[in-house]
Amino acid sequence: MTIGSRTFVRLVKLVLWPLCLAPFVVLLLAAFQLYGFELGANPIEEILHTLGKWGLKFLLITLAITPLRRWTGQNWLISFRRMFGLFAFFYILLHFLTYFILDQSLEIAAVIEDIVERPYITLGMTALTLMLPLAVTSTRGMMRRLGRRWKKLHKLVYAIAILGVWHFYWQVKLDTLEPTLYAAMLTGLLGARIWFAKTKSRRTHRNTAGETV
Amino acid sequence: MLIKKAPDIRQSEITDEAIYVNRRQFLAAAGITTAGLLGASPAMAALVQEPDASGRVLENMTESVFSTSQKPNSWQDITSYNNFYEYGIEKTDPSKNVGDFVSTPWKVKVSGSCEKPGDYHLEDILAPHALEERIYRLRCVEAWSMVIPWTGIPLANILKRFEPTADARYVRFKTIYDPVQMPGQRRRILNWPYVEGLSIAEAMNPLALMAVGLYGRELPNQNGAPIRLVVPWKYGFKSIKSIVSIEFVKRQPRTSWAISAPSEYGFYANVNPQVDHPRWSQARERAIGAGLFTPKKETLMFNGYGEHVAHLYDSLDLRRHF
Repeated sequence: MTIGSRTFVRLVKLVLWPLCLAPFVVLLLAAFQLYGFELGANPIEEILHTLGKWGLKFLLITLAITPLRRWTGQNWLISFRRMFGLFAFFYILLHFLTYFILDQSLEIAAVIEDIVERPYITLGMTALTLMLPLAVTSTRGMMRRLGRRWKKLHKLVYAIAILGVWHFYWQVKLDTLEPTLYAAMLTGLLGARIWFAKTKSRRTHRNTAGETV
Repeated sequence: MLIKKAPDIRQSEITDEAIYVNRRQFLAAAGITTAGLLGASPAMAALVQEPDASGRVLENMTESVFSTSQKPNSWQDITSYNNFYEYGIEKTDPSKNVGDFVSTPWKVKVSGSCEKPGDYHLEDILAPHALEERIYRLRCVEAWSMVIPWTGIPLANILKRFEPTADARYVRFKTIYDPVQMPGQRRRILNWPYVEGLSIAEAMNPLALMAVGLYGRELPNQNGAPIRLVVPWKYGFKSIKSIVSIEFVKRQPRTSWAISAPSEYGFYANVNPQVDHPRWSQARERAIGAGLFTPKKETLMFNGYGEHVAHLYDSLDLRRHF
């Protein structure tokens, strides 16, 4: 079996799946106080924050795939992008459901008031809403059907990640160290894309000018 | 500055407050005596107990008329979910990081506009006073709440012994600054040492308590050992912990949170469901210890202590002076 072969990718996915699900499983165990896992004195807040942070982490992992692939030339890395993106959606959706069901006790009026009046919740809800079309069009069939437009649509992930980190930043009470770290990583990942785009256009420009690279 | 709007307190009003305190104490004492006639161990019978509690047991506590009848949170909840940034910003940091903290011997510096300033040993401050158990609601500015059985002494009784003068319009408290024992102080996330303050009228209010215990035992380090303030009608951050300085001052003190984020935290910080935090609602609160599916409960004006404290703010616009 060679690195990057279909079997190889399948095997790696088999390992990655349980790893990606682990944070969720740990939360479930903690909710039932199994194997020494606990949610602490404020379990709803603990669930909410854990899910939100994992959602952001998976978004960053998803955004890291393309730069990694470019730098290493390992094209098979792209095979994992959809999986990470869908795990980001999974955690962020659960984050929202925790807020809606446990934190707000399904009080729609209170949730609407929050979305309208609390800027950090407005940001979070916008990010989640923008993720919905991406999750729906994540299948192979939809990719094929949308063609070029698929790529355009999925550029929304940049906006989603910015909104998500911003949502985190505005929510913390005082110490912004943790959201700042997320923001720094996101800046790096988006910066890499700008850098790639620039070097690419320079290369194209040179090529058209008849120079050898 | 907000000085102009502060409720003016004259020497005569402080005396009024003193009579008020004594009346309450008289009533409480009378209640205990009556109970004493009816059965053995009168006071201890109703004081709350907790099997998980640890630490030295405090003797000779009496009940207080100011206690709520609500069920207190567990020892575990109260000692594992703490905002005490001196030990770290996570709620679980204080209970993890307090291990090395030594709170004996402890001195409190009393200074400013008073007749009896000095460096006092904690034992000397506490010695003349009887301890009371006061079960108070605590409402955090982060919209969660607990019910906590403190053991302590009315702040007014302690402050009066230092004989504040007419210039003592505010009281400024400081937490110990000791980055060796308090790892959270090694990062300047707040303006260390932590400073809090009350107007003299607030400080003399019979609800204001200097706590030295929890569940009838010595205060655990993460809850502000060995001595902390408890002002239950204000957001929790006003209840300054591990106090080493009490200063009587003329001007309204600049307090740590108000310095860090003046648009979000004011000097008064009274619990007020009508005035939201700029970023979140203060209308409801999450009761710690309730089940996963228990809805938040409505937050009460002055955390439900309005009958005792609302008069302090008659002349104050609470929307402006949040």
